[in-house]
Amino acid sequence: MEKEIVYLDEITVRFAGDSGDGMQLAGKQFSNASASSGVDVNTFPDFPSEIRAPEGTLYGVSAFQIKLGSNSVNTHGDMIDVLVAMNASSLKVNIGNLKAGGMIIASTKGFDARNLKLAKYDSNPLEDGSLSKFNLIPLDIESIVKEELKGSGIHPKIVRKSKNFFALGLTYWLFNRPMEPTVKWLNTKFKSKADVLEANIRVLTAGWNYALKNDAFKNQYNFQPASFEKGTYRNISGNHAVALGLVVASKKANIPLFLGTYPITPATDILQYISGYKKYGIRHLQAEDEIAGITSAIGASYGGSLAATTTSGPGLSLKIEALGLAVITELPLVIINVQRGGPSTGLPTKPEQSDLYQAMYGRHGEAPLPVIAAASAADCFDMTIEASRLALKYMTPVILLTDGYIAQGTEPWKIPTMDELPDLAPKFCDDPKNFAPYKRDPKTLARMWAVPGMQGMEHRIGGLEKQDITGVVNQDPDNHQKMVELRQEKIDRITNDIPKLEVMGNPEAELLVIGWGSSYGAIKSAVDEKLKEGTKVAFVHLKHMNPFPSNLGEIVEKYDTILVPEMNMGQLKNILQARFIKPMIGLNKVQGQPFKTSDIKFKIDEILSQKEVVQ
Amino acid sequence: MKNLLDEAISRPHIGTLEYQPKDFKPDVDVRWCAGCGGFSILSPVQRMMPDLGIPKEKIAFISGIGCSGRFPYYMDVYGFHGIHGRAIAIASGLKISRPDLSVWVATGDGDNMSIGGNHFIHGCRRNVDLNVIMFNNEVYSLTKGQYSPTSHKGQITKSSPLGALDEPFNPAALALGSGATFVARGFDKDRAHLQHLFKRAAEHKGFAFVEVYVNCNIFNDGAFDSFAKKDVREDKTVMLEHGKPLIFGKEKDKGVKLDGFKPTVVSLTDGSHSVADLLVHDEKDSTLAFILGNMTYNPEVPRPLGIFQSLERPSYDDSVQFQIDHEIETKGAGSISELLKGKESWEVK
Repeated sequence: MEKEIVYLDEITVRFAGDSGDGMQLAGKQFSNASASSGVDVNTFPDFPSEIRAPEGTLYGVSAFQIKLGSNSVNTHGDMIDVLVAMNASSLKVNIGNLKAGGMIIASTKGFDARNLKLAKYDSNPLEDGSLSKFNLIPLDIESIVKEELKGSGIHPKIVRKSKNFFALGLTYWLFNRPMEPTVKWLNTKFKSKADVLEANIRVLTAGWNYALKNDAFKNQYNFQPASFEKGTYRNISGNHAVALGLVVASKKANIPLFLGTYPITPATDILQYISGYKKYGIRHLQAEDEIAGITSAIGASYGGSLAATTTSGPGLSLKIEALGLAVITELPLVIINVQRGGPSTGLPTKPEQSDLYQAMYGRHGEAPLPVIAAASAADCFDMTIEASRLALKYMTPVILLTDGYIAQGTEPWKIPTMDELPDLAPKFCDDPKNFAPYKRDPKTLARMWAVPGMQGMEHRIGGLEKQDITGVVNQDPDNHQKMVELRQEKIDRITNDIPKLEVMGNPEAELLVIGWGSSYGAIKSAVDEKLKEGTKVAFVHLKHMNPFPSNLGEIVEKYDTILVPEMNMGQLKNILQARFIKPMIGLNKVQGQPFKTSDIKFKIDEILSQKEVVQ
Repeated sequence: MKNLLDEAISRPHIGTLEYQPKDFKPDVDVRWCAGCGGFSILSPVQRMMPDLGIPKEKIAFISGIGCSGRFPYYMDVYGFHGIHGRAIAIASGLKISRPDLSVWVATGDGDNMSIGGNHFIHGCRRNVDLNVIMFNNEVYSLTKGQYSPTSHKGQITKSSPLGALDEPFNPAALALGSGATFVARGFDKDRAHLQHLFKRAAEHKGFAFVEVYVNCNIFNDGAFDSFAKKDVREDKTVMLEHGKPLIFGKEKDKGVKLDGFKPTVVSLTDGSHSVADLLVHDEKDSTLAFILGNMTYNPEVPRPLGIFQSLERPSYDDSVQFQIDHEIETKGAGSISELLKGKESWEVK
């Protein structure tokens, strides 16, 4: 049968199966191969907090979603076009997001009596007609794979485990993506395991050939290449981007990097990446707890390193006392908080934006510090550089907020050259005669920095309030007032050192959407789509949360109706309302899932339709 | 190519390294109570410093909270007064990132055994090259007199009017059990001995822990009188000296003998035992160190003072440096552009 090639603008694929089915790996390979062959991609791994949840269960389903397209892809996709379901549970939890007419590639072995029972199906959905509105392709993947490797002598366990590569091969054919990047990856990964290598490559190819020859796959899909700027690209997750950002920031600052941290989901990847960077001269301490993570970093900062600590919400709570110490000692420090669903242990593997209050206000005493937030996986790199820039230039701790969505999700990243990035070199005081620990740069109000090892500038700092300039312990009422005001003024002045906000969309809009952090993609897509429909809507996205960009007030002033979508109960909205004394509308999603474009569009429609009624 | 930090810290020292103790005294008032045992630590530290021959700018004192926390302000070197319990963690970050420094920690029984207990045990096992001096006054003094983790059972304090119910920590034994390579103990009445212990701690490469019994004359006066007061001291304490038998008593008439694993006191004058029967101290013997550490609260034997253990083991900071050097040697210094590119990059032309 001749297969037709159909060109698409975009498509969303979801690989779903048991935690042990290798769905994360298949998803990652598919996104890398897609991105490197010229389409834009955005991914979202969605997995349970159990490492190997009991097989076949609904709560053990692990999924990886990829959206690919010829145009700019801002999110991982609202609705699924193609669902790869390795068992009954993975079908059940994902079918609700499959578009009518969408394709289901189902592994029939995962729909045996046991799996059906675990998924709480009374009858087999592959056979009972309940999926008639979809394009269902049931395949006995297990038998096909077994047949393919028959006589190879490869251990049955390896054969069984390779079935995710069959699904991957199918999707490579289906979307006309090259297999070479995966073959190359397999060759490196299993260099010393010839049987695994052989099994995976043969099964991958078998998947491709199966789709090619089988009539169930009527069409092959393809994309016009997305228009990327010239340059070198790679697919990157937010956590990886943070790790690289820290390394690059230390090179641009020309001082060593120290990471003091403690493992916590979903921030642990950053520690793991950094721990492999010894040949770049990087030091890290996997500390005994979150507190030692940050305090060891403070010690390293005191010693003249670019120091960082990484964590997630509960960890930030533990670090907060030490943040006050970093504020009063005015030492540079980068704190990366990869937000997750809270409070307490909450939803450890799921994203939320509910630590904004904690980052902004969660300290004892008057302890202002800059807070910034990354908008996407690739933006995590730029924001890490920005956090380091502010920390070193203003001698202050800086909190960078990311979250589980962009930390683990990936997108193509244009790799910068070192010359494109700002110079972050700090100034160590080199004039002992002129040195005093709390003498300040008149413009930035940053205090002078001298570190142990520098002769003639031996001094003492610490958590007790210090006399202005000299740094001698001081409890004088006027001095404390002055020091509190100076520390505040220092942070406030940063507003003049950060980019002004640009309003996207229709400047005469009836509705302004204000976003922050990882919801950028969903909001951007929603606003773009509404603009195309002719709706008058505008959008600003905040990356600097404290201080705000200097023109935010002007912008807020201009619009009567303001929508603030966030994955919390309205933290930014409340901050903005208090700051600008203006009522705003919240869209608050706290489901451990990122916004869908449709969530935002629906809300925009709702607000605008109500406005019409009022008018 | 040197980075900015290396440049700043590797300028040659100008002038002499022949310091006097007064060179370590900054121009500030020491704000401890008159008669505080803390002075008995400050003075031997300042006296010992010139012997080390280390430039002043290469020395840093880190502290937590409590009366001991003020210590860095009283030393004219680099100092950092941290937050409660975290001195060892701060100092670890400093030492790991700056192996060129001599890093000291001043802490107390509340700071180090209670709120900072976790950092203490992990500092011990990690063997970061720190010198930790713990002021043990068996009470919370800066908060004005509550029982501490080293207060004895039944101790009457403001927060234990009917007597403390907890068993105390035995800091030396805790340090040994946590893997500290150097563990020593002294007391405030014997400054010369303290000076010796601090010097040995400084010379030790690795985690050095010196517990010092410090009298708080305001909230726990006389806490150590039962064995440290002049008239009973020689009969109630025994000095641990490497290679020497454990002899004590005003008349050097008693000794400690091992009965199996059990230390017992024997007389050297009644003809039953001679010096040859006595336990001979070996600071390299970690099994022995446990036995000696456990003598602390045993009323039947004298309280041991001196160096319990001094073992050689690679320090954490050295090991970090070794890994870095080894990686660079075997794989070459990493190229940032290669790191950024990774293995799966592509070109858009």
